[in-house]
Amino acid sequence: MAILTEEKKEQIDKIIEKYDINDGALLMLLKEVQELFDNSLPVDVLDYIGHKLERPLSQLYGVSTFYSMFSNKPRGKYIIRICESPPCHLMGSDSIIDCVKRELGIDVGETTKDGKFTLETSSCLGICAVAPAMMINDQMYGNLTPDKIKQILSSMH
Amino acid sequence: MEKVTITIDGQKVEVPAGTRVLDAAAIAGIKIPTLCAYSALDYYPGACRVCIVQVEGMRGLQASCALPVRDGMVISTRSKEVIEARKTVIELLLSSGVHDCNTCPRNNNCELQTLAEMYNIRTNPYGNALVNKREKGKDDAGPALVRDYDRCILCGRCVQTCAVVQTVNAIDFADRGYKAHISAAGFPNIVDSYCINCGQCILACPVGALYEKEDVDNVIDAINDPEKIVVVQTAPATRISLGEELDMPYGSIVTGKMVAALRRLGFKYVFDTDFSADLTIIEEGHELIHRIQNGGTLPMITSCSPGWIRFCETFYPDLLDHLSTCKSPQQMMGAVIKAYWAKKVGIDPSKIVSVSIMPCTAKKYECQRPEMRSSGYQDVDYVLTTRELGRWIRQAGIDFSKLPEEHYDDPLGESSGAGVIFGATGGVMEAALRTVYEVILNKPLPKIEFESVRGEQGVREAVIDLDGKEVKVAIAHGLGNARKLLDKIRAGECDYTFIEIMTCPGGCLGGGGQPIPTNTEIRAKRTEAIYRADEGLPIRKSHENPSIKKIYEDYFEKPLSEKSHHLLHTHYTPRPVIVPNDN
Amino acid sequence: MSKLYRMNVLVSSDITDLLQGAKEVKEELELEINKLGLSDEIAVVETGNLGFANKGVVIYVLPDNVYYGFMTPERARIVVNEHFYKGRVVKDFVISDTLKDNNKIEYAINKTTLPKQKRVVLRGCGMLNPDDIEEYIAFDGYEALVKAITEYTPEDIIKIIKDSGLRGRGGAGFPTGMKWEFTANVKKSPKYVVCNADEGEPGTFKDRLIMEGNPHLIIEGMAIAAFAIGAEKGYVYIRGEYAQSIEKLQRAIDQAKMIGFLGNDILGKGFNFDIEIVTGAGAYVCGEETALLNSMEGKRGNPRVKPPYPNTAGFNNQPTLVNNVETLANVPWIINNGADEYRKIGTESTPGTKVFTLLGSVNNTGLIEVPMGITLKEIIEIYGGGMKKGRTFKAAQTGGTSGGIIPRALWEVPMEYDSLAKVGTALGSGALLIMDDTVEIPDMLLSMMKFFRHESCGKCTPCRVGTDVLVRLLEKVVNKEASKEDVDLLLSTSEVMNKTCLCALGQSPYIPINTSIKYFHHEFV
Repeated sequence: MAILTEEKKEQIDKIIEKYDINDGALLMLLKEVQELFDNSLPVDVLDYIGHKLERPLSQLYGVSTFYSMFSNKPRGKYIIRICESPPCHLMGSDSIIDCVKRELGIDVGETTKDGKFTLETSSCLGICAVAPAMMINDQMYGNLTPDKIKQILSSMH
Repeated sequence: MEKVTITIDGQKVEVPAGTRVLDAAAIAGIKIPTLCAYSALDYYPGACRVCIVQVEGMRGLQASCALPVRDGMVISTRSKEVIEARKTVIELLLSSGVHDCNTCPRNNNCELQTLAEMYNIRTNPYGNALVNKREKGKDDAGPALVRDYDRCILCGRCVQTCAVVQTVNAIDFADRGYKAHISAAGFPNIVDSYCINCGQCILACPVGALYEKEDVDNVIDAINDPEKIVVVQTAPATRISLGEELDMPYGSIVTGKMVAALRRLGFKYVFDTDFSADLTIIEEGHELIHRIQNGGTLPMITSCSPGWIRFCETFYPDLLDHLSTCKSPQQMMGAVIKAYWAKKVGIDPSKIVSVSIMPCTAKKYECQRPEMRSSGYQDVDYVLTTRELGRWIRQAGIDFSKLPEEHYDDPLGESSGAGVIFGATGGVMEAALRTVYEVILNKPLPKIEFESVRGEQGVREAVIDLDGKEVKVAIAHGLGNARKLLDKIRAGECDYTFIEIMTCPGGCLGGGGQPIPTNTEIRAKRTEAIYRADEGLPIRKSHENPSIKKIYEDYFEKPLSEKSHHLLHTHYTPRPVIVPNDN
Repeated sequence: MSKLYRMNVLVSSDITDLLQGAKEVKEELELEINKLGLSDEIAVVETGNLGFANKGVVIYVLPDNVYYGFMTPERARIVVNEHFYKGRVVKDFVISDTLKDNNKIEYAINKTTLPKQKRVVLRGCGMLNPDDIEEYIAFDGYEALVKAITEYTPEDIIKIIKDSGLRGRGGAGFPTGMKWEFTANVKKSPKYVVCNADEGEPGTFKDRLIMEGNPHLIIEGMAIAAFAIGAEKGYVYIRGEYAQSIEKLQRAIDQAKMIGFLGNDILGKGFNFDIEIVTGAGAYVCGEETALLNSMEGKRGNPRVKPPYPNTAGFNNQPTLVNNVETLANVPWIINNGADEYRKIGTESTPGTKVFTLLGSVNNTGLIEVPMGITLKEIIEIYGGGMKKGRTFKAAQTGGTSGGIIPRALWEVPMEYDSLAKVGTALGSGALLIMDDTVEIPDMLLSMMKFFRHESCGKCTPCRVGTDVLVRLLEKVVNKEASKEDVDLLLSTSEVMNKTCLCALGQSPYIPINTSIKYFHHEFV
């Protein structure tokens, strides 16, 4: 399965044109490219980008494995990030994580078989007033309860 | 130069303003321990936290490699607090990997081991149960290098070397925090990555996380096999550095003893790569002359450095036509042994095991390249580094310094001074010029030495006066330096005729297979020894080597003949790195 | 938006309000107002945080000065009909504002009487629509910038900031004026102003609310800073998870550019300044200023050794000023009102106000802005509405996960830098995690150490290895398997980390560990 099709390469090229990496934009560039490949940055894609940006592959790989929001392996359509930092832990994040695990039948770091959800844990998301909290892609959710979880997950298509 | 006065361990000392506390201490005669600091590359990341010191008025402890002095600073490098903190840092480091010295190739030559000994680590409170051993194992899939993740202390000296000296950038840090490790861009095996096998990273590594793929056992097995005839060739650089592995002073020329040792270890025939270096000069010199006179691709670039060849094939495949088609001396010798010499002495080449002793790890890769089988067999079977040979001699209990001086075996053992200087940067260029001058102009050199091509500067240029006609040449060592010349060629801004490129700083004498430590001072001593060895030889020019004349009369007929093309020349292929999509 | 309405209804719409249904309330209000034909007379505006905690979705009706809480679409319909149409305030929905009336409290520390909430940094949040620059301008917005570049020289500005005593609000507390001066003095161009919006300290979201509630405050603060130090380019480094902040701030930047407060030759004074947003991608350590700069340069977010400091060699090796969001948000007020006025708020050593986030087992969680020097007990009782029913206060962690644990015995400590330092903790980011008697300290501590281990960049030995060691030792404690030696090792290791680590991340675990073991030793062995 060749994922670096000519079409995908063109899309990457367009993204590269948008951003000046000497102006602080590499992470934003990588985030956009990630959206083209099942929420991931496969290493052959990084190699292609590396040649275009004249940055070594090893450096780009090092960057992609450093930051939590990147992955080198394909992920689901919806990335669920449940906060487990101390304020959310205090307000019961452990049981929320267990609840989602049960609902989706996957463990942390795994993706549902239909490719819909990936479950990850996260550090503080900055909405601690409504702890326990989670993020699904760019959307925030707070004051979580098992019922609310069921409701949120079933509403995602 | 502005000076400041500081007090260090009670001692007042005056140092230039802006000096690192680490260096200021050295001026005061105090050696603060370090692990990640690498002065050769001006690399002071402040990562290992071993060089910490106490500075009056500053909170906590400071990394002395990263702190510049200020006038009046009062520093303690060994207060109780500092020693205890440093000990904890060492204990943390020891507990975070597998630091079992007894199974490590750097046993007895390891900076962490030395440190642990100095700080008399007796029990480690972090023990075994508490800390996760990474257990990522080893990467030993390739022919040249082995990476042991569990011994790595994440100092980053290897990354720095690969990035700054070689500009290959095969490796970098990956993952974060306690999961961080050095990765070859995500390739499980570095042999599949951009790595060119040069082994400079091995020289940079303070511990046993990087070392060469060891082939000694294979060679010993061959020697013990009554069916096999094991022959060996020795590189120019080995004879002036092997002594370092055997308690001899730097710069000792140990050629004769080395030959004697090799015989005692069981090699049937001991040949000299310097001979095939002379052979290389004849072929390459005539190739250069041919290109000059027939509008061939210029500048021509030397091709004896396999790390450089791999670099060219991967990063500058458009310039492959500039490479001389000559093989390296190692490979020429390999082909000559199994195709020419075997027949001459009536030995079945299939029974020959051909070994070479090299200062180089890339040679281990070179010898198994698929095209290196001109004899019909793998021309060179095994390559041992200088380090491997040194250890083997020690293991054999041979008292090296007491050995007599022995000679190489004919017909592949006689060599000229031009052959021996191959081991230094500028050496191949000088050796070629000694021959090209006399061949083109048909008259003797006014002076044998070409000082203008010698030196330690990364990129050097020289104008050679060929009796009125000026020929521009250039030399580079270290591939970061080579790029400067290569980019000029690409831009069409190059007016050199001949370029020598060597992968390793200093040339082969600074190679990835050389004794550790290898640094600027030591390379200088080895360089001095090589030119001294040249001066001490009766024959100084490749074309005056009687054995060379003989092999042409006997077999090759003339340079660039069909027979020489078959055995002594090769071709190159673009080698882009393929990143598999393994989803 | 220059139309005059007889009534304005402000709907508190920060991220937590939105998560509680603020948008639905707003839409219902508009729907009902439309139905009754009142849309020409009544405006419904989304604003930032209105300053209430745990009162659900809050709306503020002006000019009647009425706050309604726990709003739902149904309640919205009732309010429109009863109050807006018939003129009868719906008393059942009204929430009393002990924070907004003229109640004053006497501060123990300097016996002065001051209003309980003094909004300097959060000025404007909740009173204006963050998506409309004209409202900001109407609120004296950009006046400070105008004043700065027309009436003052860069040296004047720096002197004002120095005299004000403003200290960095990201956690380090470095005197801001000095930082500006150091950067201004470096004669090298180009220079940069970087706003550190990588708010990652657990329990902290004040910067998010400032960015989403009054983003122009940051733009104005950065522009003044740039003028003072001689920079022409600014960056706001926002953490990747804050999609809402990115959106709101970008809109504000675009509006400021349109009006002419950003760009070339601002106000015709020959001052050029432009701002770009750059984002992170999930790494707490990038809140450290040199790690942030490395991240901007497209590298792994490792901190750098200092020196050189960013003021000499920062972004792309150029002189760079890095300031926290809240720090910059203080600047316009200081320029407008002067250093002396600013010093009147707060304490002598720490003038000004501080934004705290109150979390955990209190009745009212959320954001408050109070003068420096107020005590923890006062915060819990007055602003927090006391502990949750049936619970007693056990301990608080102040300043985020890097902060110390304060037991009940010490809860009358004034909340300002020096007093807290005396008891072994710090203000840090202003997060206050309130723990009650049901909480087990080692369990919370383990959660904190897991955070550090996960976020460690891995560069320096004591942090990379030490954070893992601390987690494993605490797991033993939590499983009741720890010996005295294990607890001693926990303390001593964190202490060595505190002395030897390259940056504050590795230096921090010692503080919560040390204070926990000191005040709750019985829970460890």
